[in-house]
Amino acid sequence: MSNKAREALVDPLFNDNPIALQVLGICSALAVTTRMDTSLVMSIAVICVLTLSNLFVSLLRDGIPTNIRIIVQLTIIASLVIVTDQILKAYVFDIWKQLSVFVGLIITNCIIMGRAEAYAMQNPPGMSIIDGIGNGLGYAIILMITAFLREFFGSGSVFGKQVMPLVTEGGWYNPNGLMVMSPSAFFIIGFLIWALRVWKTDQIEED
Amino acid sequence: MVEHFLNLAVKAIFVENMALAFFLGMCSFLAVSRKVETAVGLGSAVIFVLGITVPMNNIIYNYALKEGALAWVSPNLAQYDLSFLGFLTYIGTIAAMVQIVEMVLDRYAPGLYGALGVFLPLIAVNCAILGASLFMVERDYTLAESAVYGIGSGIGWALAIVGLAAIRERLRYHNIPPALRGLGITFIITGLMAIGFMAFAGVQL
Repeated sequence: MSNKAREALVDPLFNDNPIALQVLGICSALAVTTRMDTSLVMSIAVICVLTLSNLFVSLLRDGIPTNIRIIVQLTIIASLVIVTDQILKAYVFDIWKQLSVFVGLIITNCIIMGRAEAYAMQNPPGMSIIDGIGNGLGYAIILMITAFLREFFGSGSVFGKQVMPLVTEGGWYNPNGLMVMSPSAFFIIGFLIWALRVWKTDQIEED
Repeated sequence: MVEHFLNLAVKAIFVENMALAFFLGMCSFLAVSRKVETAVGLGSAVIFVLGITVPMNNIIYNYALKEGALAWVSPNLAQYDLSFLGFLTYIGTIAAMVQIVEMVLDRYAPGLYGALGVFLPLIAVNCAILGASLFMVERDYTLAESAVYGIGSGIGWALAIVGLAAIRERLRYHNIPPALRGLGITFIITGLMAIGFMAFAGVQL
């Protein structure tokens, strides 16, 4: 793998993370992270849609007139999301039910539009696929860390398996109710960003 | 009847606040909340577009996409269920509406157009807009209900972003750890605001 390709793949993980630095795709990161299995399905769905939309936008990049490019991109993305939605509905119905409107909201997940606009419109298909996978993984990392913390402390389990026995079932762990509720996602991502920027000081904002 | 709509509006504004209870439209919520002035601009644009697109998508859903919805064209078409095309149609409607609103404002209300400026096109990809349409379909609202719901959730979103912008303006005078400045502290403030809004969940309507 060439140097440039490796950069496109690894950079979005920590150096240029879509959630922590580019402020893209936050809505779904907050809403689906109460449990690890839903966030895993969501991450996989986003990685697939992002990679494919980058590929198609990049293939068509010379044929798309600039003034209607948003609509063209949205059409490509929406078609991919419809396919994803139907596949999820067919194979993992329970999780699909829990994700409810958030699968549909992948369309307006700014990561996908943002990468199509910022990368795929200027770069050849091969690199665009790598960029898509890299950014998808960067999104997935934040999502999985948040989901792990919320599920572990909120209900004492990992992937639905009980790790810490709950007080209500005769164990010792008293679950932290805040973690199950939505505001905790903000705190966790806020603190993750804090930790990331203590480590990578060049990301600090001069506000 | 009036009471029912009032309930729906209060629910959409406070209890089910788009930004703070469902986290929709977060990207622009966090990115455009540096100044109160721009937040007000974006907020009013969102109210405007939501108020138009949700009833619009309601009409499309009920007369074209829902199972059996095409029966009014001819009875033979009653068997078709096109609801899987929903996403594509809703986002198309939203993008087209945003474009039309932009042109109409430019022609007839240049003052407002200038004030909303760059925010209008941005709204097409604001998830709060698409989210409201999807919730409308999921909850099976009627046309009137969806109009109230659209405007209500727009007001709720605008309220939240103006509040956050006001807090962020004051933050400039505080000594925050460097690594937490900007995005980090904004997340934590939004979390605290969300806890505040959770108090509305106890409101019995």
